[in-house]
Amino acid sequence: MKIKEIAEILEAKVVCGEDDIDRDIRCGFASDLMSDVLTLDSENLALITGLANMQVIRTAEMADVNCIVFVRDKHVSNEMIEVAKENDMVLLECKYSMFNTIGKLFQAGLAPVY
Amino acid sequence: MEFNYEVEGGNFAKAGYAASSVKKVLKELNVDPKIIKRVVVALYEGEVNVVAHAYRGNIKVDIDTERIFIEIKDEGPGIPDINLAMQVGYSTASAMVREMGFGAGMGLPNMKRNADTLDISSSVGKGTVVELTTYLVK
Ligand SMILES: Nc1ncnc2c1ncn2[C@@H]1O[C@H](COP(=O)(O)OP(=O)(O)OP(=O)(O)O)[C@@H](O)[C@H]1O
Ligand SMILES: [Mg+2]
Repeated sequence: MKIKEIAEILEAKVVCGEDDIDRDIRCGFASDLMSDVLTLDSENLALITGLANMQVIRTAEMADVNCIVFVRDKHVSNEMIEVAKENDMVLLECKYSMFNTIGKLFQAGLAPVY
Repeated sequence: MEFNYEVEGGNFAKAGYAASSVKKVLKELNVDPKIIKRVVVALYEGEVNVVAHAYRGNIKVDIDTERIFIEIKDEGPGIPDINLAMQVGYSTASAMVREMGFGAGMGLPNMKRNADTLDISSSVGKGTVVELTTYLVK
């Protein structure tokens, strides 16, 4: 599934990485626990989280995650966007709850990590 | 090649600075991306532990052609029972640390999984030293 499709399904706003929305995403992982995210080995993964702080971006940087969906109408800061840009990440902001977001993506065929 | 970083306890805005710059260095040295990920994930967990649990710390990263050696040394409360701290799920993280997305009790086990060797020594009331080695040639 392309990032572009994820954004459409979630009616999400692309706040960073507009040029890379044609990239393919193979699976999704939802968590607000960063050490959980740091155990993953999957490539082309979208991280779905309700936490919007710099540590989410740093965690994604270390875990080689380059697409993050922020749910529950959480907004990212300019500092977060700056570091995300340096690392070629695409950031999406969406208004749905975590449950709703994951449900929509799962239904649309986005695979779980396990 | 040696690099040194200072880490401020409690400052989550800056946590990850060392891991991020080490990642850039390793990329420039054309280290295998899989090894880079293992090294920076372990370093980042260690860096966050200093921010989350200690008062201040120093990170030394020594890179040669055979291995990457990292020493994370902090002044802090220390770890009374290292075996217990190594268990998945064990955490004494504060509410503030949990709000930042940490405190699952997975950092030390993550570090062990990602490094070739992990050595921890700690004295209660003084601080903790974590040493990680990753070999570049198997
Ligand atoms: N540098 C340190 N100084 C003092 N205590 C530490 C230090 N590092 C770890 N600990 C202790 O060991 C426990 C387990 O650490 P670990 O990194 O596994 O989990 P955590 O930091 O609590 O949560 P997570 O890493 O999953 O976000 C901590 O909760 C803390 O009690
Ligand atoms: Mg930790």
